Amino acid sequence: MDGNVEDFTETDKSERAANMAEMIKVDCRNIDVFYDDKQAIFDISLAIQDRAVTSFIGPSGCGKSTFLRCMNRMNDTIESAKVTGKIFMDGADINDHSIDPVLLRSRVGMVFQKPNPFPKSIYDNIAYGPRIHGLAGSKSELDEIVESSLRKAGLWDEVKDRLPAPGTGLSGGQQQRLCIARAIAVSPEVILMDEPCSALDPIATARIEELIDELRERYCIVIVTHSMQQAARVSQRTAFFHLGKLVEYGDTERIFTNPEDTRTQDYITGRFG
Amino acid sequence: MNSPVPPSSEQGTFVTDAALKRLKKRHAAESRFKLYGQLAIGIAIVALVTLLASIFMQASSAFTRHVLTFDTTLEASYVTPEGERDPEKIARNVSGFNLLLQDELSDQFLPEDPGLSLQRELYGLFTRLAVLPLARKTADTPSNIGTQQSFSVALADDIDLYLKGGITRRKAVNLGQAGAVSGSMDDGFNITLGKAEPLQSALDKFREDEATPTALIQIGSTWFRMTGLDGNTASLEYIAGTPQAPVSGADVSGLALEQAQDNRTVTDRQIAWTMLLEDEGRVKSVPNTTLFTNSDSTYPELAGTAAAIVGSLLTMLVCAMLAIPVGIFAAVYLEEFAVKNRVTDLIEVNINNLAAVPSIVFGLLGAAVFINFMGLPRSVPLVGGLVLGLLVLPTVIIASRAALKSVPPSIRTAALGVGASKTQAVFHHVLPLAAPGILTGSIIGMARALGETAPLLLIGMVAFVAEVPDSPTDESTVLPVLIYKWSTGAERAWEPQTAAAIIVLLVFLVLMNLIAIILRRRFERRW
Repeated sequence: MDGNVEDFTETDKSERAANMAEMIKVDCRNIDVFYDDKQAIFDISLAIQDRAVTSFIGPSGCGKSTFLRCMNRMNDTIESAKVTGKIFMDGADINDHSIDPVLLRSRVGMVFQKPNPFPKSIYDNIAYGPRIHGLAGSKSELDEIVESSLRKAGLWDEVKDRLPAPGTGLSGGQQQRLCIARAIAVSPEVILMDEPCSALDPIATARIEELIDELRERYCIVIVTHSMQQAARVSQRTAFFHLGKLVEYGDTERIFTNPEDTRTQDYITGRFG
Repeated sequence: MNSPVPPSSEQGTFVTDAALKRLKKRHAAESRFKLYGQLAIGIAIVALVTLLASIFMQASSAFTRHVLTFDTTLEASYVTPEGERDPEKIARNVSGFNLLLQDELSDQFLPEDPGLSLQRELYGLFTRLAVLPLARKTADTPSNIGTQQSFSVALADDIDLYLKGGITRRKAVNLGQAGAVSGSMDDGFNITLGKAEPLQSALDKFREDEATPTALIQIGSTWFRMTGLDGNTASLEYIAGTPQAPVSGADVSGLALEQAQDNRTVTDRQIAWTMLLEDEGRVKSVPNTTLFTNSDSTYPELAGTAAAIVGSLLTMLVCAMLAIPVGIFAAVYLEEFAVKNRVTDLIEVNINNLAAVPSIVFGLLGAAVFINFMGLPRSVPLVGGLVLGLLVLPTVIIASRAALKSVPPSIRTAALGVGASKTQAVFHHVLPLAAPGILTGSIIGMARALGETAPLLLIGMVAFVAEVPDSPTDESTVLPVLIYKWSTGAERAWEPQTAAAIIVLLVFLVLMNLIAIILRRRFERRW
């Protein structure tokens, strides 16, 4: 039933609310994004479930990263970008004037394509977010946050003896897990991942995927990926984007086994992209 | 995508004739380019080495100077003519000290009632103000008055230059023993030289260069000028030293000089007196500390860079306090916060153009705004620093912006991603990463300011300043202006002095660059 977009948006609201109210974390409605005069996203509406991994797939330039960045208002930092439409997180409009993007981003963490640790110590990388948000009252509390974040990111055992060492000295996969730990440290509710494994080797990728699977229990995770295998492995829901439009959105299993749209089928079977 | 099928003759091998030819051409182009690069670097190195070598060679003579030592009683009648022992009066009594030393020399070298021109010649061995250090020292310890003291006085610049081998080329020759002597002190002597050959050949050699050579002859502690040389017979005329007729059998030595005394600034007598004093061991070469401890003077042997060094430092201080904070904040705002639109584009273009404005224009601006309009005093480091600050501001902004631009954007997004505000992202992450570049740019801008002359001329920092300035509002000069002034000095001795001041300036520039390198290393290690 939750097949393509039309079905989804036209679903009777009360029915949808009954089925998914508790589970929906982020509800995007009629999102358009323009870069100057060029429209990058065309009227996309999409609801993202809590405590699940949602993956965005699609060919390069289809707008999946742009759409992802709408959810923590990172597009605000691009001068030419203009976003219209509404995004609700737990029922609150995140584009509302009363919401400070700084606070929003502390609730919606982000992990980027290239591991981008701060050129500081491992400890400071994690501690930076809690420090600026005032999450820790004392040094011991901060230590605790650092340790638990690193544990959740599965990095603690590897780095516990060298916390003062620079974060940039870690391997690529470790750096990316450090970035995940950094995002976790400010206790977000949503974690956005923009192709987090595209710069990593297969072994590091496997570790990150395991980690994503573990984090699913606590967070709402949205991941943009170019690898369909990855989307199939880690996500419960999958959205297929093409040329700035949402083509199909539904349970991962169904998208990959029984896509309704021919474009989705062509993409999944590798005919384009 | 099928690549075009190569012709059958080329299939299965990489080394076709055409390919080899192309490869050879490419290799040739590569080595040619390498050669061009090496040539360019070679030219640059040669130019630099030539520059440094010429400056150091010119300056080498300025790092020592010759002093005349005295061992004399500081007679109260000269030093405190009025009997008072007021230190200020003693320090200012330059003429008294001068007279003391002049009388001492004239007792030694001049006959009774010598006449004014002879006295002037002798007293030209040192300049009037050379006794100033002695006067000050005596003022500090008045108990020395009336007692025997040893002290030294700087020789006049021309004498100093002569002793360093300047003024005129010369050749000292041994002329054997004197033979027959005839004549009298008043009419001159004719003597037969043991061997006139070396003197004759030295004079001939100077004549070849179209000079008018002359020769001085020393017999014992008496000096004669040679007025003619005919075979082995020389005609001599007494000029200085013990007035004693030559006796046959005495050792004779000669000094052939390339130029006759009309063509040089040191007279024959002055040379003779200097040589006599040197024979007594009273002329000494000492390290030229006055170059660093004295302020400017009209006499090159007394001039130093102290006031200019302090003036330069004060000017740099004001300049840095204006240019560095303003430059960094402007750069941070333009690079990180400003919206890109026509206005910011215009500002950017203007900043870039400002960096190319000739420095003298900033001098005009400084004179018009700071001095005429705001009424700040002329010739002070405060105004100089402000003008130079405006001058280097565009450089600092451009360097800082380049440094900020080179910080990868991923750092900014990372900071924003964990919920830092834009200001936090800039000040916690971007600015520290850009700091080495900003510092380097700033210090190189300061180094440029340190070497600027033109704008400072226009705000009057070319004034003659004999006192070391205490504050940025005291009259002052700076090193490059001092160099400019010294280089226009008429006396020959300014030449090495100028070169020495250039070296002082270069040392400061090298120090600043060194600081830039050290700071950059230090900051980089933190990451």
